[in-house]
Amino acid sequence: MLFDMFKTFFKVGAFTIGGGYAMIPIIQKEIVDNKNWIKEEEFLDIIAVSQGSPGPIAVNVSIFVGYKLKGFKGALACTLGTTLPSFLIILLIATVFFQFRNNPIIEKVFLGIRPAVVALIVSAVYQLAKKSKFNYKKISISVITALLIVFLSISPIYLILIGGIGSILYYKNKETEEK
Amino acid sequence: MNLLIKLFISFFKIGAFSFGGGYAMLPLIKEEVIEVHNWLTNAEFIDILAVSEMTPGPIAINSATFLGYRVCGILGSIVATIAVVLPSFIIMSIIFHFLNKFKDSPYTDWFFIGIRPIVLGLIASASISVAMDAFIDVKSVLISIGVFYLVSFKKLNPIYAIILAGITGAILY
Repeated sequence: MLFDMFKTFFKVGAFTIGGGYAMIPIIQKEIVDNKNWIKEEEFLDIIAVSQGSPGPIAVNVSIFVGYKLKGFKGALACTLGTTLPSFLIILLIATVFFQFRNNPIIEKVFLGIRPAVVALIVSAVYQLAKKSKFNYKKISISVITALLIVFLSISPIYLILIGGIGSILYYKNKETEEK
Repeated sequence: MNLLIKLFISFFKIGAFSFGGGYAMLPLIKEEVIEVHNWLTNAEFIDILAVSEMTPGPIAINSATFLGYRVCGILGSIVATIAVVLPSFIIMSIIFHFLNKFKDSPYTDWFFIGIRPIVLGLIASASISVAMDAFIDVKSVLISIGVFYLVSFKKLNPIYAIILAGITGAILY
Protein backbone atom coordinates (compact mmCIF):
# COMPACT_ATOMS: atom_id res chain seq x y z
CA MET A 1 0.00 0.00 0.00
CA LEU A 2 2.73 2.49 0.98
CA PHE A 3 4.60 1.75 -2.23
CA ASP A 4 1.41 2.11 -4.25
CA MET A 5 0.83 5.53 -2.66
CA PHE A 6 4.40 6.54 -3.40
CA LYS A 7 4.04 5.40 -7.00
CA THR A 8 0.78 7.30 -7.53
CA PHE A 9 2.18 10.59 -6.25
CA PHE A 10 5.43 10.03 -8.11
CA LYS A 11 3.37 9.92 -11.29
CA VAL A 12 1.59 13.13 -10.31
CA GLY A 13 4.92 14.82 -9.60
CA ALA A 14 6.50 13.60 -12.81
CA PHE A 15 3.75 14.56 -15.23
CA THR A 16 2.39 17.90 -14.09
CA ILE A 17 4.16 20.77 -15.72
CA GLY A 18 3.46 24.30 -14.58
CA GLY A 19 2.94 23.33 -10.95
CA GLY A 20 0.25 24.35 -8.49
CA TYR A 21 -3.26 24.33 -9.87
CA ALA A 22 -2.31 22.25 -12.89
CA MET A 23 -1.70 19.30 -10.55
CA ILE A 24 -5.11 19.31 -8.89
CA PRO A 25 -7.14 17.65 -11.68
CA ILE A 26 -4.43 15.01 -12.09
CA ILE A 27 -4.35 14.21 -8.37
CA GLN A 28 -8.13 14.05 -8.39
CA LYS A 29 -8.23 11.60 -11.30
CA GLU A 30 -5.66 9.33 -9.66
CA ILE A 31 -6.86 9.20 -6.07
CA VAL A 32 -10.61 9.83 -6.39
CA ASP A 33 -11.53 8.24 -9.73
CA ASN A 34 -8.90 5.54 -10.26
CA LYS A 35 -7.94 4.42 -6.75
CA ASN A 36 -11.06 5.40 -4.77
CA TRP A 37 -8.86 6.38 -1.86
CA ILE A 38 -10.72 9.60 -1.13
CA LYS A 39 -14.36 10.57 -1.69
CA GLU A 40 -15.19 13.47 -3.99
CA GLU A 41 -16.48 15.84 -1.28
CA GLU A 42 -13.58 14.95 1.02
CA PHE A 43 -11.23 15.87 -1.79
CA LEU A 44 -12.75 19.34 -2.04
CA ASP A 45 -12.11 19.83 1.68
CA ILE A 46 -8.51 18.72 1.24
CA ILE A 47 -8.03 21.19 -1.62
CA ALA A 48 -9.47 24.03 0.47
CA VAL A 49 -7.13 23.25 3.37
CA SER A 50 -4.13 22.85 1.07
CA GLN A 51 -4.75 26.16 -0.65
CA GLY A 52 -5.11 27.92 2.67
CA SER A 53 -1.91 26.54 4.14
CA PRO A 54 1.56 27.77 3.25
CA GLY A 55 3.71 25.74 0.85
CA PRO A 56 3.16 24.18 -2.57
CA ILE A 57 -0.45 23.01 -3.01
CA ALA A 58 0.51 19.65 -4.52
CA VAL A 59 2.79 18.90 -1.58
CA ASN A 60 0.11 19.88 0.93
CA VAL A 61 -2.46 17.65 -0.80
CA SER A 62 -0.08 14.67 -0.80
CA ILE A 63 0.73 15.12 2.91
CA PHE A 64 -2.95 15.24 3.78
CA VAL A 65 -3.95 12.27 1.64
CA GLY A 66 -1.00 10.31 3.03
CA TYR A 67 -2.08 10.96 6.61
CA LYS A 68 -5.63 9.99 5.80
CA LEU A 69 -4.63 6.65 4.28
CA LYS A 70 -1.71 5.47 6.39
CA GLY A 71 -0.85 8.04 9.05
CA PHE A 72 2.62 9.54 9.39
CA LYS A 73 4.33 6.91 7.22
CA GLY A 74 1.74 7.46 4.52
CA ALA A 75 2.30 11.23 4.59
CA LEU A 76 6.03 10.65 4.24
CA ALA A 77 5.61 8.21 1.31
CA CYS A 78 3.26 10.54 -0.60
CA THR A 79 5.41 13.64 -0.06
CA LEU A 80 8.49 11.79 -1.21
CA GLY A 81 6.55 10.67 -4.29
CA THR A 82 5.49 14.20 -5.23
CA THR A 83 8.87 15.76 -4.58
CA LEU A 84 11.28 13.22 -5.97
CA PRO A 85 10.60 13.64 -9.73
CA SER A 86 11.13 17.43 -9.59
CA PHE A 87 14.21 16.95 -7.49
CA LEU A 88 15.82 14.43 -9.85
CA ILE A 89 14.95 16.28 -13.06
CA ILE A 90 16.12 19.65 -11.76
CA LEU A 91 19.32 18.14 -10.39
CA LEU A 92 20.05 16.72 -13.83
CA ILE A 93 19.40 20.08 -15.51
CA ALA A 94 21.27 22.07 -12.86
CA THR A 95 24.46 20.07 -13.34
CA VAL A 96 24.67 21.16 -16.99
CA PHE A 97 22.74 24.46 -16.88
CA PHE A 98 25.43 26.76 -15.56
CA GLN A 99 27.96 25.49 -18.11
CA PHE A 100 25.62 26.15 -21.03
CA ARG A 101 24.29 29.43 -19.76
CA ASN A 102 27.20 31.46 -21.12
CA ASN A 103 27.04 29.93 -24.57
CA PRO A 104 26.20 32.85 -26.96
CA ILE A 105 23.22 31.12 -28.58
CA ILE A 106 21.75 30.07 -25.23
CA GLU A 107 22.23 33.64 -24.03
CA LYS A 108 20.12 34.89 -26.94
CA VAL A 109 17.48 32.27 -26.27
CA PHE A 110 17.20 33.46 -22.69
CA LEU A 111 16.97 37.10 -23.80
CA GLY A 112 13.76 36.02 -25.53
CA ILE A 113 12.55 33.83 -22.68
CA ARG A 114 12.87 36.44 -19.91
CA PRO A 115 10.12 38.75 -21.25
CA ALA A 116 7.96 35.64 -21.74
CA VAL A 117 8.33 34.86 -18.02
CA VAL A 118 7.04 38.38 -17.27
CA ALA A 119 4.05 37.71 -19.52
CA LEU A 120 3.27 34.40 -17.78
CA ILE A 121 3.25 36.05 -14.35
CA VAL A 122 1.14 39.01 -15.58
CA SER A 123 -1.24 36.51 -17.12
CA ALA A 124 -1.58 34.77 -13.72
CA VAL A 125 -2.31 38.13 -12.07
CA TYR A 126 -4.90 38.89 -14.74
CA GLN A 127 -6.68 35.52 -14.35
CA LEU A 128 -6.66 35.74 -10.55
CA ALA A 129 -7.90 39.34 -10.49
CA LYS A 130 -10.72 38.41 -12.86
CA LYS A 131 -11.75 35.38 -10.81
CA SER A 132 -11.47 37.03 -7.38
CA LYS A 133 -14.10 39.75 -8.01
CA PHE A 134 -12.36 42.10 -5.56
CA ASN A 135 -13.97 45.44 -4.74
CA TYR A 136 -11.94 48.63 -5.13
CA LYS A 137 -10.81 48.46 -1.49
CA LYS A 138 -9.23 45.01 -1.95
CA ILE A 139 -7.74 45.95 -5.31
CA SER A 140 -6.05 48.93 -3.70
CA ILE A 141 -4.64 46.64 -0.97
CA SER A 142 -3.14 44.48 -3.76
CA VAL A 143 -1.67 47.51 -5.52
CA ILE A 144 -0.20 48.92 -2.30
CA THR A 145 1.27 45.50 -1.44
CA ALA A 146 2.98 45.27 -4.82
CA LEU A 147 4.37 48.81 -4.57
CA LEU A 148 5.65 48.30 -1.01
CA ILE A 149 7.54 45.18 -2.06
CA VAL A 150 9.00 46.54 -5.28
CA PHE A 151 9.93 50.06 -4.18
CA LEU A 152 10.47 49.82 -0.43
CA SER A 153 11.66 46.17 -0.35
CA ILE A 154 9.36 45.38 2.55
CA SER A 155 9.41 41.67 3.38
CA PRO A 156 6.39 39.73 2.06
CA ILE A 157 6.30 37.93 5.44
CA TYR A 158 5.31 41.12 7.26
CA LEU A 159 2.71 42.00 4.66
CA ILE A 160 1.06 38.58 4.93
CA LEU A 161 0.99 38.81 8.72
CA ILE A 162 -0.37 42.38 8.65
CA GLY A 163 -3.04 41.39 6.10
CA GLY A 164 -4.15 38.30 8.01
CA ILE A 165 -4.10 39.74 11.52
CA GLY A 166 -5.52 43.08 10.35
CA SER A 167 -8.41 41.26 8.76
CA ILE A 168 -9.12 39.25 11.94
CA LEU A 169 -9.17 42.47 14.00
CA TYR A 170 -11.41 44.18 11.43
CA TYR A 171 -14.03 41.42 11.38
CA LYS A 172 -13.83 40.85 15.15
CA ASN A 173 -14.47 44.53 15.68
CA LYS A 174 -17.35 44.51 13.21
CA GLU A 175 -18.86 41.52 14.99
CA THR A 176 -18.75 43.17 18.43
CA GLU A 177 -20.31 46.33 16.99
CA GLU A 178 -23.17 44.36 15.52
CA LYS A 179 -23.97 42.69 18.82
CA MET B 1 28.46 23.79 7.03
CA ASN B 2 27.54 27.37 7.89
CA LEU B 3 26.28 27.87 4.34
CA LEU B 4 24.09 24.78 4.54
CA ILE B 5 22.45 26.08 7.72
CA LYS B 6 21.80 29.45 6.06
CA LEU B 7 20.34 27.67 3.05
CA PHE B 8 18.11 25.59 5.32
CA ILE B 9 16.81 28.62 7.26
CA SER B 10 16.13 30.59 4.06
CA PHE B 11 14.12 27.85 2.40
CA PHE B 12 12.32 26.94 5.63
CA LYS B 13 11.16 30.57 5.79
CA ILE B 14 10.12 30.45 2.14
CA GLY B 15 8.12 27.27 2.74
CA ALA B 16 6.48 28.63 5.89
CA PHE B 17 5.30 31.95 4.48
CA SER B 18 4.35 31.20 0.92
CA PHE B 19 0.58 31.25 0.84
CA GLY B 20 -1.12 30.77 -2.50
CA GLY B 21 1.69 28.66 -3.96
CA GLY B 22 3.51 29.14 -7.25
CA TYR B 23 4.20 32.72 -8.26
CA ALA B 24 3.19 34.10 -4.88
CA MET B 25 6.44 32.64 -3.51
CA LEU B 26 8.64 34.56 -5.92
CA PRO B 27 9.01 37.83 -3.97
CA LEU B 28 9.98 35.82 -0.89
CA ILE B 29 12.48 33.64 -2.77
CA LYS B 30 13.89 36.76 -4.39
CA GLU B 31 14.28 38.54 -1.07
CA GLU B 32 16.07 35.63 0.58
CA VAL B 33 18.22 34.48 -2.29
CA ILE B 34 19.13 37.73 -4.04
CA GLU B 35 18.73 40.60 -1.59
CA VAL B 36 19.75 39.00 1.72
CA HIS B 37 22.35 36.44 0.62
CA ASN B 38 23.46 37.51 -2.87
CA TRP B 39 23.50 33.90 -3.99
CA LEU B 40 22.26 34.77 -7.50
CA THR B 41 21.95 37.70 -9.90
CA ASN B 42 18.50 38.85 -11.04
CA ALA B 43 19.03 37.46 -14.53
CA GLU B 44 20.10 34.05 -13.21
CA PHE B 45 17.01 34.02 -11.00
CA ILE B 46 14.68 34.63 -13.97
CA ASP B 47 16.42 31.94 -16.02
CA ILE B 48 15.96 29.42 -13.21
CA LEU B 49 12.33 30.47 -13.06
CA ALA B 50 11.94 29.77 -16.78
CA VAL B 51 13.49 26.32 -16.38
CA SER B 52 11.22 25.58 -13.39
CA GLU B 53 8.25 26.58 -15.47
CA MET B 54 9.13 24.08 -18.18
CA THR B 55 9.89 21.11 -15.95
CA PRO B 56 7.34 19.06 -14.01
CA GLY B 57 6.56 19.64 -10.36
CA PRO B 58 5.79 22.58 -8.09
CA ILE B 59 7.85 25.71 -8.83
CA ALA B 60 8.85 26.04 -5.16
CA ILE B 61 10.44 22.58 -5.16
CA ASN B 62 12.10 23.17 -8.52
CA SER B 63 13.66 26.45 -7.49
CA ALA B 64 14.74 25.08 -4.09
CA THR B 65 16.54 22.16 -5.75
CA PHE B 66 18.07 24.42 -8.40
CA LEU B 67 19.25 27.14 -6.03
CA GLY B 68 20.46 24.63 -3.44
CA TYR B 69 22.61 23.01 -6.11
CA ARG B 70 23.89 26.39 -7.28
CA VAL B 71 24.88 27.48 -3.78
CA CYS B 72 26.19 24.25 -2.29
CA GLY B 73 26.17 21.36 -4.79
CA ILE B 74 24.13 18.18 -4.40
CA LEU B 75 24.13 18.41 -0.61
CA GLY B 76 22.78 21.96 -0.94
CA SER B 77 19.97 20.82 -3.22
CA ILE B 78 18.93 18.12 -0.74
CA VAL B 79 18.98 20.54 2.20
CA ALA B 80 17.02 23.28 0.36
CA THR B 81 14.38 20.84 -0.91
CA ILE B 82 13.79 19.31 2.52
CA ALA B 83 13.72 22.77 4.11
CA VAL B 84 11.07 24.08 1.72
CA VAL B 85 8.79 21.06 2.29
CA LEU B 86 9.23 20.79 6.07
CA PRO B 87 6.92 23.68 7.09
CA SER B 88 4.13 22.19 4.94
CA PHE B 89 4.71 18.89 6.64
CA ILE B 90 4.52 20.35 10.15
CA ILE B 91 1.52 22.56 9.42
CA MET B 92 -0.46 19.91 7.54
CA SER B 93 0.18 17.42 10.37
CA ILE B 94 -1.28 19.87 12.88
CA ILE B 95 -4.25 20.67 10.65
CA PHE B 96 -4.93 16.98 9.99
CA HIS B 97 -5.29 16.32 13.71
CA PHE B 98 -7.43 19.39 14.44
CA LEU B 99 -9.22 19.82 11.13
CA ASN B 100 -12.70 20.35 12.54
CA LYS B 101 -11.53 22.99 14.98
CA PHE B 102 -9.84 24.90 12.17
CA LYS B 103 -12.73 24.53 9.78
CA ASP B 104 -15.29 25.91 12.20
CA SER B 105 -13.24 28.81 13.50
CA PRO B 106 -14.22 32.24 12.09
CA TYR B 107 -10.65 33.39 12.76
CA THR B 108 -9.33 31.06 10.07
CA ASP B 109 -11.81 32.47 7.55
CA TRP B 110 -11.00 36.05 8.48
CA PHE B 111 -7.27 35.44 8.19
CA PHE B 112 -7.63 34.06 4.67
CA ILE B 113 -10.04 36.79 3.54
CA GLY B 114 -7.36 39.25 4.63
CA ILE B 115 -4.39 37.65 2.89
CA ARG B 116 -6.08 37.08 -0.48
CA PRO B 117 -5.53 40.63 -1.77
CA ILE B 118 -2.00 40.54 -0.32
CA VAL B 119 -1.21 37.35 -2.29
CA LEU B 120 -2.43 38.99 -5.50
CA GLY B 121 -0.15 41.93 -4.70
CA LEU B 122 2.79 39.55 -4.16
CA ILE B 123 2.32 38.02 -7.59
CA ALA B 124 1.96 41.45 -9.19
CA SER B 125 5.20 42.57 -7.52
CA ALA B 126 6.96 39.51 -8.94
CA SER B 127 5.92 40.54 -12.46
CA ILE B 128 7.22 44.09 -11.93
CA SER B 129 10.59 43.04 -10.56
CA VAL B 130 11.11 40.42 -13.26
CA ALA B 131 10.12 43.01 -15.88
CA MET B 132 12.78 45.43 -14.63
CA ASP B 133 15.47 42.94 -15.65
CA ALA B 134 13.78 41.32 -18.63
CA PHE B 135 12.82 44.47 -20.54
CA ILE B 136 16.07 45.60 -22.11
CA ASP B 137 14.69 47.11 -25.33
CA VAL B 138 11.54 47.47 -27.46
CA LYS B 139 11.92 43.93 -28.83
CA SER B 140 11.71 42.35 -25.38
CA VAL B 141 8.59 44.38 -24.51
CA LEU B 142 6.96 43.22 -27.76
CA ILE B 143 7.79 39.58 -27.02
CA SER B 144 6.18 39.98 -23.60
CA ILE B 145 2.99 41.55 -25.00
CA GLY B 146 2.75 38.82 -27.63
CA VAL B 147 3.16 36.01 -25.11
CA PHE B 148 0.64 37.63 -22.73
CA TYR B 149 -1.92 37.79 -25.54
CA LEU B 150 -1.35 34.18 -26.63
CA VAL B 151 -1.43 32.73 -23.11
CA SER B 152 -4.31 34.79 -21.71
CA PHE B 153 -6.63 34.95 -24.71
CA LYS B 154 -5.59 32.13 -27.03
CA LYS B 155 -4.94 29.62 -24.20
CA LEU B 156 -1.45 28.80 -25.47
CA ASN B 157 0.32 26.29 -23.19
CA PRO B 158 3.03 28.14 -21.16
CA ILE B 159 5.65 25.56 -22.16
CA TYR B 160 5.12 26.26 -25.86
CA ALA B 161 5.10 29.98 -25.07
CA ILE B 162 8.56 29.71 -23.50
CA ILE B 163 9.92 27.63 -26.40
CA LEU B 164 8.46 30.09 -28.91
CA ALA B 165 9.95 33.06 -27.04
CA GLY B 166 13.34 31.34 -26.89
CA ILE B 167 13.37 30.78 -30.65
CA THR B 168 12.27 34.38 -31.22
CA GLY B 169 15.12 35.55 -28.99
CA ALA B 170 17.68 33.49 -30.91
CA ILE B 171 16.48 35.01 -34.20
CA LEU B 172 16.10 38.65 -33.07
CA TYR B 173 19.28 39.06 -31.02
